[in-house]
Amino acid sequence: MTRSLLTGNAAAAWGARLAEVDYVPAFPITPQTEIIETLAQWFDSRAAQGRLVTLESEHSMVTAAAAAAATGVRVFTATSSQGLMYAMEMIYTVAGWRVPFVLANVSRALASPITLEPDHTDILAARDSGFLQIHCATCQEVLDSVLIAYRLAEHERVRLPVIVNLDGFYLSFTREPVEIPEAETVRRFLPAFDADGVEFRASRPISQAVAVLGGSAYSYFRYEVHLASLQALPVYEEIAVAFEKEFGRSHPAVEAYRCEDAEIVFFMIGAFATKAKDAVDRLRESGWKIGLVRPRLLRPYPTEALQRLLIGRHAAVVVDQNLSMGKGGVLYSELASVLYGKAGAPVLLGFVGGLGGRDLSPEEFYEMAKLARDAAREGVAPEPRLLYTSGEMREIGKLQAIALSERREIGDRT
Amino acid sequence: MSEGAIRSMKDLPSTHLLGAGTAMCAGCGGLGALHEVYDILGRKTVFVNAAGCMTLLSVYPFTPFRSGWLYTSMASAPAGAQGVRDALDILIAKGRLPTEEDVTAVVLTGDGSAYGMGLSATSAAIERNLDFLYLCYDNEGYGNTGQQASGATPHGAKSATTASARGYPGYKKDLFSIWAAHKPTYVATVVGAEPLDLAKKIEKAARLKGPRLVIALAPCPTGWDFDPELAVEIGRLAVKTGVWPLKEYADGQVVHTRIPHPRVPVEEYLKLQGRFGHLFEPRRNEAMLSEIQAQVDKYWDAVA
Repeated sequence: MTRSLLTGNAAAAWGARLAEVDYVPAFPITPQTEIIETLAQWFDSRAAQGRLVTLESEHSMVTAAAAAAATGVRVFTATSSQGLMYAMEMIYTVAGWRVPFVLANVSRALASPITLEPDHTDILAARDSGFLQIHCATCQEVLDSVLIAYRLAEHERVRLPVIVNLDGFYLSFTREPVEIPEAETVRRFLPAFDADGVEFRASRPISQAVAVLGGSAYSYFRYEVHLASLQALPVYEEIAVAFEKEFGRSHPAVEAYRCEDAEIVFFMIGAFATKAKDAVDRLRESGWKIGLVRPRLLRPYPTEALQRLLIGRHAAVVVDQNLSMGKGGVLYSELASVLYGKAGAPVLLGFVGGLGGRDLSPEEFYEMAKLARDAAREGVAPEPRLLYTSGEMREIGKLQAIALSERREIGDRT
Repeated sequence: MSEGAIRSMKDLPSTHLLGAGTAMCAGCGGLGALHEVYDILGRKTVFVNAAGCMTLLSVYPFTPFRSGWLYTSMASAPAGAQGVRDALDILIAKGRLPTEEDVTAVVLTGDGSAYGMGLSATSAAIERNLDFLYLCYDNEGYGNTGQQASGATPHGAKSATTASARGYPGYKKDLFSIWAAHKPTYVATVVGAEPLDLAKKIEKAARLKGPRLVIALAPCPTGWDFDPELAVEIGRLAVKTGVWPLKEYADGQVVHTRIPHPRVPVEEYLKLQGRFGHLFEPRRNEAMLSEIQAQVDKYWDAVA
């Protein structure tokens, strides 16, 4: 075991390398590209024994990934944002093929306006696809999650592809100390992929991904994917125990940080949850009973764990780095759905923040905590809102004034 | 064309691999071509399919194939073939698969995919020198959805989206040349109504490595509006009139495997099909008939 400073992208590549992936269909996109470049270099130098092929689009890339998995090799691929959207037809399609492979998505906000910086709207667009989703907050977690993801995807009770999600820039390009486990230890935890006969062989022809006629057969197969996804919850817990035993690191489906006596909890996914942890530490120094609940597994949704962790709290502050237009934050709606009607459910406060890489300041966490305390006291949550300061609004006003002034200037000349 | 084992009609396989009772229409020219192609390729194949009529060949829990099948999407069947081929190569290289278990990836798509949505994926597969076979059954329109005009629809043909007296205003895309411009191993045109020509080409393609692409003109009784019993006749006339040149590309050269001489007037082909009925009824559209004939003549003048 060695300890190195790795970016989130390098940690994802290390995860794939240690999983001894056979095949990496690839397509470059910021901020993911470093993952496939790293793997390409290792394959070229024979540091790892895999093959990387650059496809002409993410749509083709996901097709090739799933087709290779359907032929019995271990497959890794990666994308981001617009790439995930371009692949979306196949993301939904191949989940139904029941082929296990792992896709690292480096979250980045979606157009329009086109931007490079992160939020979670891209990955949440894949929410209903049938891919399982693991969300990471640190570089170590990225590496570990890739290994866990393979064991989960390939499990006989699951057999579904898994997305390991890491935030663009804040995680993809941030170096953190990461323990790189020994190949032998990883092999003990993650044996070679056994396709169990679901593969193309001359002597055993099979049809995969065939059509159905009628809603009855369709419903059957779709519900099978749903049930397999639900099965992934207890299977994940088993794998997390095995992982901790082998590597000494705990990655539960839901992380509860300083929640023991917490009356108020923040509820977040991804790298910005570490900002919430920092706020929790500082607020606790001031005497607050506050914690953080962070689902790592978003599909399947860890309903019971969340109910167990949230019921009995006074208030929960959901910070959504995504926006479902015309509805609001996705995490807020989902959490509300599992707490609705439960005795002792906390007051839920919804905030949308961190869109397109917009930072979350400590002061904003303190303010959200205060609002949560007031809401708990009154038993009424304020309307969901966007985290946005008057200073930012002033800056936008200035940009608009410049744009208007320039347009007039040019208009006057023409 | 180099000589293989197939030299005459009596060398064609007498047993047939593809099962009967599929959901294809009576007289489907695409299915006819697929039967013939499959008999030559044999069982060690996996068909990687794109959305189209033939997607309905394998409907759970039945399939007419005695080999593998993978449905992908309308745009990405060549990428599916890439994944299958790469996986097999990796398994063989790592000693995890005996070579006798190897299979050939055969992309099976209609013209809607081949001429349009799937063209980018095909172009890239050729560029990567993928070792695969591509069979396009070209029924000159989006047949499975009721024959809307596609990039393969010929000039003047009526379709569900070009139903005016003018028919389709565009011209059939020259996919053969587009594919050949990529310099793949092999490109050919075939038609099921000329089984010997087809068999020789598929036999040759099967012997080669790399990207091998074949377009089969697929007379379509429902889409082209003719009686199913005329399917073979229409296929033959497509060749005899010169509308569908039978040719192949290999080693940088295009060779015509059949030069119709003398050429039957093109209207003999057109008048059997309802989609061209407006060129004859209620009165002959001499201008368009001459234009279509002139296009065919111009093509063959350049060949000679």
